[in-house]
Amino acid sequence: MNARPHADGSADVMLDVKNLRAYYVMKYFGTQREVRAVDDISLRVGRNEIYGLAGESSSGKTTFIKTIAAAIRPPLTVVGGSIRYSFLDRDIYRLDRAALSAIRWRHLSYIPQGSMNVLNPVRRVRESFIDFALPHMDLPKQRFFAAIVAHLERLQLAPGVLDAYPHELSGGMRQRIAIALATVCRPDFIIADEPTTALDVVVQKSVLELIREAQREIASSMIFVTHDMAVHANISDRLGIMYAGRLVEEAPTAEIFRSPKHPYTQHLIASLPRIGDLSAKRALTGAPPSLAEPPSGCRFHPRCPLAMDICRETHPELVSIDPRHRVACHAVSPAVRPDGVFGATAKQRTGLVQ
Amino acid sequence: MLKTVRDLFRYNLEFALGAILILIVFAFAAASLFSPYPPMDIYVVAPDAPPSWAYPFGTNSRGQDVFWQLTVAIRNSLLFGISVALMSRVLSLLIGLVAGYAGGITDRILMTINDTFVVIPLFPILVLFFFMMRDNMSWPMLAIAMASLGWPYDARLIRSVALSLRTREFTAMSVFSGMSTRQILVEEHLPYVLPIVFSTTLNNMNWSIGLEVTLSVIGFTNIETPTIGTMIYWANQHTAMVAGVWWWIFFPVVLVIMTFLGLYLLSVSMNEYIDPRSRLTRMGGQA
Amino acid sequence: MTGDLLNLEGVTKSYASGGLLARRTFNAVDGVSFALDASRPEIFAIIGESGSGKTTLARMILNMVAASAGAIRFRGKALATIRGRRARLDFMRQVQPIFQNPYEAFNPLKRVDRYLYATARRLAGVGRKEVDRVCDEALRKVGLSLAEVRGRFPHELSGGQLQRTAIARALISGPALLVADEPVSMVDASLRMSIVELFKALRDELGVSIVYITHDLATAYHISDRIIIMQKGRVVEGGDARTVLDNPQHPYSKLLKSAVLSPDNAGIDAQAATHASDPNTVPVNVRSV
Repeated sequence: MNARPHADGSADVMLDVKNLRAYYVMKYFGTQREVRAVDDISLRVGRNEIYGLAGESSSGKTTFIKTIAAAIRPPLTVVGGSIRYSFLDRDIYRLDRAALSAIRWRHLSYIPQGSMNVLNPVRRVRESFIDFALPHMDLPKQRFFAAIVAHLERLQLAPGVLDAYPHELSGGMRQRIAIALATVCRPDFIIADEPTTALDVVVQKSVLELIREAQREIASSMIFVTHDMAVHANISDRLGIMYAGRLVEEAPTAEIFRSPKHPYTQHLIASLPRIGDLSAKRALTGAPPSLAEPPSGCRFHPRCPLAMDICRETHPELVSIDPRHRVACHAVSPAVRPDGVFGATAKQRTGLVQ
Repeated sequence: MLKTVRDLFRYNLEFALGAILILIVFAFAAASLFSPYPPMDIYVVAPDAPPSWAYPFGTNSRGQDVFWQLTVAIRNSLLFGISVALMSRVLSLLIGLVAGYAGGITDRILMTINDTFVVIPLFPILVLFFFMMRDNMSWPMLAIAMASLGWPYDARLIRSVALSLRTREFTAMSVFSGMSTRQILVEEHLPYVLPIVFSTTLNNMNWSIGLEVTLSVIGFTNIETPTIGTMIYWANQHTAMVAGVWWWIFFPVVLVIMTFLGLYLLSVSMNEYIDPRSRLTRMGGQA
Repeated sequence: MTGDLLNLEGVTKSYASGGLLARRTFNAVDGVSFALDASRPEIFAIIGESGSGKTTLARMILNMVAASAGAIRFRGKALATIRGRRARLDFMRQVQPIFQNPYEAFNPLKRVDRYLYATARRLAGVGRKEVDRVCDEALRKVGLSLAEVRGRFPHELSGGQLQRTAIARALISGPALLVADEPVSMVDASLRMSIVELFKALRDELGVSIVYITHDLATAYHISDRIIIMQKGRVVEGGDARTVLDNPQHPYSKLLKSAVLSPDNAGIDAQAATHASDPNTVPVNVRSV
């Protein structure tokens, strides 16, 4: 595979990940361990789209975004696959340090869980903007600050925050600044890693609205990672569900919540507590598997209410059941149930969806 | 345990080097058991003979075989270092853990004492100690004196770890499991401070042997017992360097440098190995 | 006051801040009062954001910190009068904590079972021969067994299993009150509700009262009987959980409720934003190697 992939009619693909495999290969005093944190993941993110990535601990979602952000340090190793951004003519993990810092912020930016990761605690916010944004904006200082202030005002932040130290600001305010910083260069792509998890509920809602607004305003694409399905419901356009290093389901958010197909997704959605709902929630047995020794076949089978013999032996491919919906489940896939009523059948059998 | 040592030896260069140096030094000390001459006796061989097959390290102006003299000297120096280190470890562990866990007024009293010891100038105190004891000055006495001066820095270090351990949820869990304070300190908290204790033990040995050498070289110890320091003292008394008896000074200095270097390398590499976080990663967890 | 299991009267905790000259005190918890009835086990939720004082309140109920003013009584006995090891053990026999982060609540360097054994031996006073049976019984109440837990280190168990083990340990001494501080916020989503449901079962089947401290209104609605909502150390609203959460009165309670993200309008924004393009509308041939 050389040059730009899918040059035909897929100009709107901003990120194209194909068969990505990223493992932690660890050697400690003679023993080698391999943790397959990202195992054969393919997905695409379109222009101006917020792609939500959901998964619990040890689902591999953190490793996935580290890899696509090219923050790959040993023991993490890309074993195979490709990561193509529309603004790059080769895999991002093949870039050297200089090429990476040339695209950071300008083309690819990052909103972390803790804003202290980007804001320097001993310098004023203004200096953080100078450090990160100035080299990419190509403007004289005066006009640069005018642009920054205009940007902050668009996001309804008082320009006065520029003169504050990070510790003088509340957690929510710092997170808003991290968002402003990530969007000020109008990057093509933004990676958001649990940006609201550490925030209080009231602040969380407004920060989510801000992210949505900023993303629409600069029309960039975004991968938004969180384990919280309720957050996904309120921000993501499309949603990918990860389980034990694999993508098990992907569809537009509304579709996933309306008719989840994979038993794991069904459980996640059915077990969401809601105000006004007192029905008892059913629990899955077992726990997410260790990525060092994943189960054979479908990695969900030890916990799956629908597990069949085939699930223990071969792992299900992620296949399209309609143009916008992909599922990796033997109980759903057409190969096993050619009658075409897979979704309904799975639902009835698990009894998870009312 | 044996496997650990073997793995360390194979995969950690610092450890391998340090272990080899220390093994040589200890083998040397062990050889003192086979010394053909009583260590305190003088004029048992012809004086001032340069290194030769008969006397590999030569003989000194007092008619002693430098090789056999050195085996006894390094044994005494090591024993001294180890006993100071062990005694001061007990003190620093006890004071550090208790101060950190108890907090409040106990912590404040213990740390006031601690800081008093930190600011006391060590060297003049030890010299004063020598003049007070004079003829009663013995090595065990000096070891006790140095142990009671050598704990405060490490006690403060241990206290700072204990302070943070106190606020961890598992400490509260232990309390609510009905564990006694002793059990919490020894079984829950001690594993976290052991790496510090271990590396400071080796560092403390370095410190005490070094200070002993310094005191002995200028004659402020019991100069009758052979140690690395007193060997150099006697060499200076006989102006060995001027007289050209360089081997009398050279071999003790090389041996003491090997000891320092070996202990230092061991403490660095062991530290990395015993650190709870890297230990956890090896066990397969996440720190 | 003999009918009360737990009774708080004007409980306040103040901390001093600032330097020697400009010394100010601020109340982390400010005049909180409520009571739990001994004859009617219930789940009592304390809801608040960070800085609301809910965790400080929990630590005071557990007698880990002393109140600056007001009184906390457990079965009529003021916590401030508990002195000596014997009295403290007696209190801990009846009141047990569940912590937020199960990976933190167990010493990562120690085997998990040691806390079960210690509680059985020292708090419950179980004889050496009976220890295994008692621990196994407690673990079975939470859907585990001793065989699954024995000899394991914390990192060998999942967050859900660990939190269940922590609950089992708390049950060994047969407590009347559990104080659970954000017990599910660190537990994976697929396991969270099972732990929440477990609390209900403990209340109904074992008659244990639970003080459930959380920022999550949805789970509080799901399991609690009564709630109080705290803001900056003060209780702003309290009462029957359903009544309060269905129809909050205080502005802060209303704000909290309005901020709860509902999964029900999932993707509505996305559909409104038709200019978002989806690369998968052109069917993608996804092949796995």
